[in-house]
Amino acid sequence: MFRRSCVWIALWATVFIAGPASPADDRNPLAGDPKAAKAGEYEFRINCALCHGLGARGGGRGPDLTRAQKKHTHSDPDMFQVISNGIPGTAMPANGTNGQGVGMTDEEIWEIIAYIRSQEVKAGSKSLGNAAKGKALFFGDANCSLCHMVAGKGGRLGPELTGVGGSRTREAIIDSVRNPSRRLAWGLTEATKEFPHEYESATVVTVDGKKIRGVTLNEDSFTVQIMDSNERIHLLEKDGLRSFEKTRDSAMPKYDTEVLSNKDLEDLVAYLTSMGAQ
Amino acid sequence: MTGRHNQGGFESRWKSGRFISMGFSPDPAQGLKAAALKARVAALKGPLIHAVITALLLLDLFTNGVASAQVTFERLVNATKEPQNWMTYSGDYSGKRFSLLDQINLKNAGTMTAKWVYQTAATGKFETSPLVVDGILYATAQDNRAFALDARSGRPIWMYQRQVPSDIRPCCGRVNRGLAILGDKVFLGTLDAHVMALDAKTGAVIWDVVAADYKTGHSFTVAPLAVKNLVVIGISGGEYGVRGFIDAYDADTGERKWRFYTVPGPGEPGHDTWEGDSWKVGGAPAWNTGTYDPATNQVFWPTGNPSPSNRGEGRAGDNLYSNSLLALNADTGKMNWYFQFTKHDEHDWDATQVPVMVDAGGKHLIAQADRNGFFYLIDRSNGKLISATPYARTTWSDTKDAEGRPVANSHASPTLEGRTVCPGALGATNFMAPTYDAQTGLFYVTARDQCDIFSTAPQPYEAGHAFYGSAYFPSEEAEPYLGFLKAIDPATGEIKQKFQHTSPTWSGVLSTAGGLVFSGDAEGNFIAFDAASLKPVWHFQMGGAVYAPPIAFAVDGKEYVAIAAGSVVFAFGLP
Repeated sequence: MFRRSCVWIALWATVFIAGPASPADDRNPLAGDPKAAKAGEYEFRINCALCHGLGARGGGRGPDLTRAQKKHTHSDPDMFQVISNGIPGTAMPANGTNGQGVGMTDEEIWEIIAYIRSQEVKAGSKSLGNAAKGKALFFGDANCSLCHMVAGKGGRLGPELTGVGGSRTREAIIDSVRNPSRRLAWGLTEATKEFPHEYESATVVTVDGKKIRGVTLNEDSFTVQIMDSNERIHLLEKDGLRSFEKTRDSAMPKYDTEVLSNKDLEDLVAYLTSMGAQ
Repeated sequence: MTGRHNQGGFESRWKSGRFISMGFSPDPAQGLKAAALKARVAALKGPLIHAVITALLLLDLFTNGVASAQVTFERLVNATKEPQNWMTYSGDYSGKRFSLLDQINLKNAGTMTAKWVYQTAATGKFETSPLVVDGILYATAQDNRAFALDARSGRPIWMYQRQVPSDIRPCCGRVNRGLAILGDKVFLGTLDAHVMALDAKTGAVIWDVVAADYKTGHSFTVAPLAVKNLVVIGISGGEYGVRGFIDAYDADTGERKWRFYTVPGPGEPGHDTWEGDSWKVGGAPAWNTGTYDPATNQVFWPTGNPSPSNRGEGRAGDNLYSNSLLALNADTGKMNWYFQFTKHDEHDWDATQVPVMVDAGGKHLIAQADRNGFFYLIDRSNGKLISATPYARTTWSDTKDAEGRPVANSHASPTLEGRTVCPGALGATNFMAPTYDAQTGLFYVTARDQCDIFSTAPQPYEAGHAFYGSAYFPSEEAEPYLGFLKAIDPATGEIKQKFQHTSPTWSGVLSTAGGLVFSGDAEGNFIAFDAASLKPVWHFQMGGAVYAPPIAFAVDGKEYVAIAAGSVVFAFGLP
């Protein structure tokens, strides 16, 4: 009897004290509430839009959240956990730890989820290309796989792209193919560092006159780690170099419509999107 | 033997440590035993030896942590007379963060090694500035942690952690920037807005008072400042629409002796700088440690942004005393003068930087590199502006008023579509402690060039909820963002030297009489610079980004430089 009372009290506490904001709920208690979605829009702008863009459509950095299919979250409780705790190994921080927005209450997190769901309805799904043709291009004529890996196959010089279709907007992918230098891809994200590393290009000349060109895997004021076009990693002390030049011109060639037609590019996007959804 | 002992400085103190280990034990009877031995030796060896031993015993009081003396107000006032200790947030009341120790210097800094590390197991940004008194290091870490270590070995003596309420949402991380010490107590401000006195020897709670309700967004992240018999502390919560204040508590009892509201209430001067009831949620928090002038008994304490931080609509006026430097009577908390750096701020440019007291040309000044991108020199006798010079990328002000204060351009205000303004919301600098090097006469500060797009997001006030009124985004046109260590000539505002980091850092800066400036970077390096040229002369990879300022201290005649990085406190010294 005592034990049952305790259980009853615990349940009562969950319902009446924690109210609608308990992460233990198996669904969003504010689901479908337009007022909650509106409140979530404010919270989203303050806390999330920095990377996920206004309207949750994805910035250059964070995934498009208007897609119904998401890489890390499916259910509302999944999303609650991701917002609360972040995603290890990615730039997605835990609630209140990114130094930008303030921490959110459980209720505010549910409001944000209500807002994201409301945006999903509007976005719908669109697929303009042919994924099979895109795959053939990726590993064939478009030469993407010389530098990029998808599902364990391909090169290492550029970012690994298996999940990119699930975490970037179609527009962001197109932009990075047409104008690779406009917004350099993020590389390594370190746990305590404010900015992720970017895929910058570097040319160094060692003391013995050896010239190395490649992309930086990481860098600080005293060392640099470079991968050259043969995928060799060079670990270098800066004060031991004859010269060190870095540029924000991407090592990736610019694919204009002469090189890759709009239709072919849509096929590539369709392929990457299909991989990202897996 | 006499000659060796008369070498002075570190050498003699180190000898004293050996001497004690040969014959004395760390117990209350030590004084008696010492006196007995001193008398015996004196009788045997004569007056000269007698004098040497007396000197060694006196030195021992300050170097071995064996006979730990009370930290009196007089010791804090005269902190520069015991450079082996670091007894306030900035090292002394002036805020210079300059150490007179020179055992580690330009000639030997290249040989520095890690002497010990202490793992806190805390996560998030580690912002503490430790204290060191008589061989014991006191510091804080995230999530209401405080601890004391043997400063020679890093071994813990006590650890304290106050449970953090599960529904707390402090802005910008569960951080803390350090303790204050007075008498036999250390003082901690907690994330749930308590002020606590802990026993310096055990960490036991001596008193615990609630300053405000954490559920309405109040919290403490600041290192308090002990002045006379008071513990001065400022509240955080500018992102939650708190009404800011600075408090002073009786160090013995915890009784609150005064409170200065940084947003004036009805009938008080400055109240008319707020529209309607906007003062009630006006912000102006006070979350970084101020300085104290014993000569005039004034506390100088800076304040933060008005709330909502990025939306001026609804709070028309200058919004006093947000983004201001306040000169308060230390006994009463009454304001003598104020200087407002950014009027009616809409960019989150808290003026919460350490106001550094600098005396030059017979003038008593305050130097402050403000988050808004200008370096200000202020007469601390009356709060009058002497000069304001940009030290980082700024686009918000092209003109100055009659006093010489930068005035905001009309096109700097945030709009719904968004406007790019430099500096960005994180500022040209932020809470990172600067240093003034008495030898080079230069002011060193961590700076960044970053611009943000400021976009309004109208939002009603709701108690305990985020209250920004705006969103901001990095302006990609301004990428990459640049981070620097800059050396400013206070007299002219001219940047004499600069070192560009790989990416912007949140590290504070220390200068020492060894001709060195120390700072850390976001990539995890701790770096010693030549203070004159800002060329690195030594570095150590600590494996975690730096959000804290360095300190210097000495134990047993050995100088150390300590800093927090990642989740670890590091101490470095000569081999």
